[in-house]
Amino acid sequence: MLDTLDMLDTLDTLDTLDPRSWGARLASALVYPRTLDDFVGLVAPLRSRRAHVAEVAFVRRETYDTVTLVLRPGPRFPLHRAGQHTALTLEVDGVRRTRVFSIASAEPLHHARRRTIELTVRARPSGVVTPRLIARDAPALREGDLVELGPPAGDFVLGAPIPDRLLLVSGGSGITPVMAMLRTLVERRHRGEVVFLTWAKTPRDALFRAELEALAEAAPLTCPGLRVAIQHGPMREGDLSAQVPELPSWEVFACGPPGMLDVVRAELATRGDLSRLHTEVFSAPATPPVHEGEGAGEGGEVTFARSGKTARGRGPILPMAEGAGLRPKHGCRMGICHTCVCRKRSGTTRDTTTGALSTDGDVDIRICTSEPVGPVVVDL
Amino acid sequence: MAHSPLSAHSAHSAHSGLSASDLEAFGADIDALLTRTKADLGARDTRYIRRVIRVQRGLEAAGRALLFASGFSPFFPPLFPASLPAWALGTGALAASKILENMEIGHNVLHGQYDFANDPALSSQTYEWDIVCPSEQWRHSHNVLHHTYTNVRGVDHDLGYRMLRVDPSQPWTPLALLQPVSTLALGVLFQWGVAAHDVDMPKYLFRPRERTAEDREKVREFLAKARKQLLKDYVLFPLLSGPFALSVLAGNLVANVVRNLWSFLVIFCGHFPEGTETFPPEVLEGETRGGFYLRQLRGSANFEGSWLLHVASGHLSHQIEHHMFPDVPAHRYPEMAREVRAICERYGVAYNSSSLPAQVWSVAKKIVRLALPGRAEATAEAA
Repeated sequence: MLDTLDMLDTLDTLDTLDPRSWGARLASALVYPRTLDDFVGLVAPLRSRRAHVAEVAFVRRETYDTVTLVLRPGPRFPLHRAGQHTALTLEVDGVRRTRVFSIASAEPLHHARRRTIELTVRARPSGVVTPRLIARDAPALREGDLVELGPPAGDFVLGAPIPDRLLLVSGGSGITPVMAMLRTLVERRHRGEVVFLTWAKTPRDALFRAELEALAEAAPLTCPGLRVAIQHGPMREGDLSAQVPELPSWEVFACGPPGMLDVVRAELATRGDLSRLHTEVFSAPATPPVHEGEGAGEGGEVTFARSGKTARGRGPILPMAEGAGLRPKHGCRMGICHTCVCRKRSGTTRDTTTGALSTDGDVDIRICTSEPVGPVVVDL
Repeated sequence: MAHSPLSAHSAHSAHSGLSASDLEAFGADIDALLTRTKADLGARDTRYIRRVIRVQRGLEAAGRALLFASGFSPFFPPLFPASLPAWALGTGALAASKILENMEIGHNVLHGQYDFANDPALSSQTYEWDIVCPSEQWRHSHNVLHHTYTNVRGVDHDLGYRMLRVDPSQPWTPLALLQPVSTLALGVLFQWGVAAHDVDMPKYLFRPRERTAEDREKVREFLAKARKQLLKDYVLFPLLSGPFALSVLAGNLVANVVRNLWSFLVIFCGHFPEGTETFPPEVLEGETRGGFYLRQLRGSANFEGSWLLHVASGHLSHQIEHHMFPDVPAHRYPEMAREVRAICERYGVAYNSSSLPAQVWSVAKKIVRLALPGRAEATAEAA
């Protein structure tokens, strides 16, 4: 089969067009009110300029509740640095949802032609998205599906030059960003000392076990200073100094649940050097889970992010906003005209006509028929 | 709650024979159907609309390519399409693309039918459709005024579009004598009629002193969009084809007019056939959910036909369901219509549905009859 990436290389010439040039202006006048992207997106979605579109190259099962998504982004996707995360937007049951995941694959050196990145995802039992990613029947993503990626972001990265003594600590699915670091160090034949300590709840929860054992075995040839230890159960204070001598001389990168990071901090505060600690917290979304029918009519506090105002109360958000002195645009006030649609940044709302709950952040809601269930932030 | 003699309940009950409690139960049954359908929205709906979008873009590209190719003529001067079949095919494909974009995609996306998907490409807030009327203005005149106040005299400006006498209660003027012709003219220029709709154009043009800043802004937006639309279809594409400019221009013009006539026909068959009712403004006072649904039902009419006809009409062939559930993806209306019909039968309220030719004939008769003065015989005949 012909590869669309090869066939449509000519489209790259469009990239070099100055948007104010005559060629670009003519092209956009011809397709108005569509954009060139609307047509390019149909034949070569990875070339989209509106967003970074990636194709699912492969879905690999890791453990009973984790999968690795191997994604092939388009040529414009920026190179990530080991430890960074990306916002993955995918469609679950026809609704686009965005979730942030650390990138687990090694840092690429250059824009390779068929570059892939890997996200390793653990299912959160109460989640909307992650259980569908690991589902064996009708998974949300299959080979060939398209997703969108946010540009790689985050400061949890190895500095340059890479420190001589690196301690990589992780717990649970917090292993993913430090795994990206380890894979990068091994690929680049790093000569310094690297200790990789990871904690898993039980042996069957341990991620990347086979790969870690293989890396440790091959270490004399690749990264001679590497030592790997997979441990089970909760991490305790003293565990770090038991594994490495002279704790203050190590640069520590730690990622895991908040409780675990507290233990790391406590130990470094007494026996190590806190200023050499870099952390990334792994936690579930701040919105408490609400189930259909629960919390009906309790209302909540609405924060209007753009105006900086707040209101407390029950019932639809539109009258609350008006009560707070705002004049949001609106029409029918009964949910049919979609004039009052505005962006909900976070929090849970209930549709007063159908009772359906909206729990995601960054979605559009009709404020005339959405009532807050707990704290809500909207763009008004 | 005390009711004035003109309150919603009594106004509806007087006409439909539904008691207040029946009306409430009727509303609850329709609401239940809405809730059930909304809970079921998902991948099926986004798959559907994206497939329509792919077909539409394909038709548009094919149509423009064929029109361009149709100009290559062995004769000189190549003023007229050398290959009439290619020209006709290209014009047809472009017209089909414009119809799909206007009806099944534009109209329905702008209603927020696919807002649930959280996809910027399908969002009512950002979509711009391929006609001269700016989306934002249409969403006001159509979604807010027409859909909330459907067929309420003096509030819903879609009743006759400020120029036609489509209801016997509208006062007759000598201008009405022209309406068999002016209705056809409106059909040919329908996209311009829609664009001149949100801002009251006759007032704007002839009473400049009453222009508001908002009117001016809206007219500016409309002119800016109209310029881009005209530039594309009548200047740039023709010029690109060089010596075959006329052939391309004619094809684009025909495609636009076909789309105009078709959307005009669909819209007129939705609200003006015999049996559709209009309402006094008092009906809005204290109107219940059931009252709202009943008014939508009695002010709208469906037409029947093949699957293709429904898609081409943007499923506005199911105008009744569209007016009850304007933000439910329209391709769901045929299955919802079966249940709406059953509910209507249960409560003994009329459900206006007929073939497309029958509805067209019904509208044409009404337009011609109301061109003449007199309301008594018109209402008598309608009854």
